[in-house]
Amino acid sequence: MPLDFYMVDELLSEEERLIRDTVRSFLRKEIAPLVVDAWHKEEPLDVRMIAKKFGELGMLGSFIPQDYGCPGMNYTSFGLICQEVESIDSALRSFVAVTSGLVMYPIWQYGSEEQKRKYLPKLARGEIIGCFGMTEPNVGSDPASMETTAKRQGGEWILNGTKTWISEAGVADIAIVWAKDVEDKKVKGFIVERGTPGFEQTSIIKKGSMRAGDVGELHLSDCKVPEENRLPKATGLRAALSCLDQARFGIAWGAIGAAIDCYKTALEYAKNRKQFGAPIASYQLIQEKLVEMLTEITKGQLVAWRLGRLMDAGKATPEQISFAKRNNVRVARFCARTAREILGANGISLDYSPIRHMANIESVYTYEGTDDIHTLILGRYITGIQAFRREM
Amino acid sequence: MNIVVCVKHVPKCAEAEIRIDPTGRDIEKHGLVYDINEWDDYAVEEAVRIKEKFGGSVTVVTVGPEEANSTLRKCLARGADNAIRVYDPKLVGSDPYVIAKVLYKVIKNLQFDLVLTGVMAEDDGSATVGPMLAEFLKIPHATMVKKIELKDHKAAIVHRELEGGLMEVVEVKLPALFAIQTGINEPRYVSILGIRRAMQKEIKVLGLKDLSLDESEVGYAGSWTLIDKLFVPPAEKVCQYLKGSPEEVATQILGILKSRGLF
Ligand SMILES: Cc1cc2nc3c(=O)[nH]c(=O)nc-3n(C[C@H](O)[C@H](O)[C@H](O)COP(=O)(O)OP(=O)(O)OC[C@H]3O[C@@H](n4cnc5c(N)ncnc54)[C@H](O)[C@@H]3O)c2cc1C
Repeated sequence: MPLDFYMVDELLSEEERLIRDTVRSFLRKEIAPLVVDAWHKEEPLDVRMIAKKFGELGMLGSFIPQDYGCPGMNYTSFGLICQEVESIDSALRSFVAVTSGLVMYPIWQYGSEEQKRKYLPKLARGEIIGCFGMTEPNVGSDPASMETTAKRQGGEWILNGTKTWISEAGVADIAIVWAKDVEDKKVKGFIVERGTPGFEQTSIIKKGSMRAGDVGELHLSDCKVPEENRLPKATGLRAALSCLDQARFGIAWGAIGAAIDCYKTALEYAKNRKQFGAPIASYQLIQEKLVEMLTEITKGQLVAWRLGRLMDAGKATPEQISFAKRNNVRVARFCARTAREILGANGISLDYSPIRHMANIESVYTYEGTDDIHTLILGRYITGIQAFRREM
Repeated sequence: MNIVVCVKHVPKCAEAEIRIDPTGRDIEKHGLVYDINEWDDYAVEEAVRIKEKFGGSVTVVTVGPEEANSTLRKCLARGADNAIRVYDPKLVGSDPYVIAKVLYKVIKNLQFDLVLTGVMAEDDGSATVGPMLAEFLKIPHATMVKKIELKDHKAAIVHRELEGGLMEVVEVKLPALFAIQTGINEPRYVSILGIRRAMQKEIKVLGLKDLSLDESEVGYAGSWTLIDKLFVPPAEKVCQYLKGSPEEVATQILGILKSRGLF
């Protein structure tokens, strides 16, 4: 039974509900059964196969216009897709949000017409996989200090640097790489194709989170990229950050999907598990935990829904997106942990989803702006005083 | 090949907790998820496949309230061309006989070579609407259909799935009605773009007057059967011992799980 305590469904259009239901039944049947083994063995899901299936359904770049082979849906639908996907596994939502928000969005917004025609339809169909390279070994929360460089040489750019903790780095066919122009010190975006000389892709292993997905590194050493592969309209760090807003929006919805899955698992378990002669759901302490989960999820659903409508109206501010990302990931983190707790020892078994969600959410808590960074964004918004860096 | 498919918007009871409502004749509907009846899903897919192969059109028909539109939209998204929904508050309480009659009133005005229904509906499991509708339409029918081969526009060879894994092959003159069994095909997933297109198609809504039906002919008044009582039988504990080699026991367990819909 779906969790819809405040009847948020009534706030969705018939079309949005249909999309959500279709995506849900597809994921349950085709994808969900593959996740636990992939996670357990840290053998990432076959993203090529998954990308094609997601692409066939129209789940990639769902908010990008039909001119580029995408469904041209609204942001709320994108959110609903993320919610369903993350109820299965956060790594899958990473893939959807990265593809849509961090790869397709920058090409759509900052790319040339040729770039859009060349890459967007293929990305939408899942024929090629993309990744987004911003984070570096020495640069995480503070991308303005980016160390990767770009140097113009005639009709080419020479890129040097390392990007790390990049979702889908190992498998990607194209990478959106952000680098600082040594001349004007501005951050520029480049489309780097797999196999380009000087471009190496590796996967990070021994992860304790997101084990069903690929995360890795991009190494650029005197990697030559033609000027045609530079995103012409991306003229500074702001462009890269605007992409993050798209993906953060997806996370705000996705986290609720993970939280709902944890809640449902815990509720079901609590009703069936008997201790001291009665179902544990009959004890007040367990009920309180379930009520807290329901409360937080319901508030999170309303936040996600409202943010969707603001995005659709083109009115959402980066602060509002930060608010939703921060709040809803906290909700997911709380629910995963609480559900794990209600399941007792079974809670640490991968036979049940909460421990997997719990580990995954640690990544979600950190990427796309850590919880702290979103707190600082909101703090600055409220007080007008930035508290990110020392010099004021 | 013009095909009419009858579909029903049903509560998904298999995984839900079912409660009886205060009337004692129906289930508590609040909180249940509704979707297309599973058998009908296969019927629509089969119709669309036939259309894709031979041309023609697919029209889906349902009797139900506005919420049933979502089931019709799914059919349209899957490739149906037209959708018709019949509704009147007086239809509440209609038994399968009335539903078959209402469907007949709609379909007799349509051009069709084939009428497809599901074998049965998940909620009431009556499995009678298809055959009764065929009788109203005065056309032949076959139930439990697991395969359709169209010879031409005049006849079809259908495979009927019988108990115990038996298959019966029958030749049926067209136009005919086939009640479709699950597993006849693998229903495709509807794409988001398909849903977008489906949202732009019209759902024709018909009332009793449009079908020249009188209130007395439908609902409780027009029904031949009335539900007397609905209840959850008390759970019985049965212990069954399985004998044989581990392989044989495993096969038996699988059979039991399958027969209970648990696998
Ligand atoms: C699974 C996974 C996938 C990822 N995918 C991608 C990807 O596809 N592309 C990409 O570019 N990156 C990706 N990342 C990287 C992610 O975006 C970064 O990890 C994140 O931005 C934080 O950077 P950091 O890890 O370097 O932490 P740091 O920035 O070093 O932060 C360490 C700690 O210090 C805190 N902190 C930092 N600055 C401040 C401050 N001013 N005040 C208070 N506290 C502060 C942080 O909140 C954090 O708790 C991914 C990460 C993970 C785990």
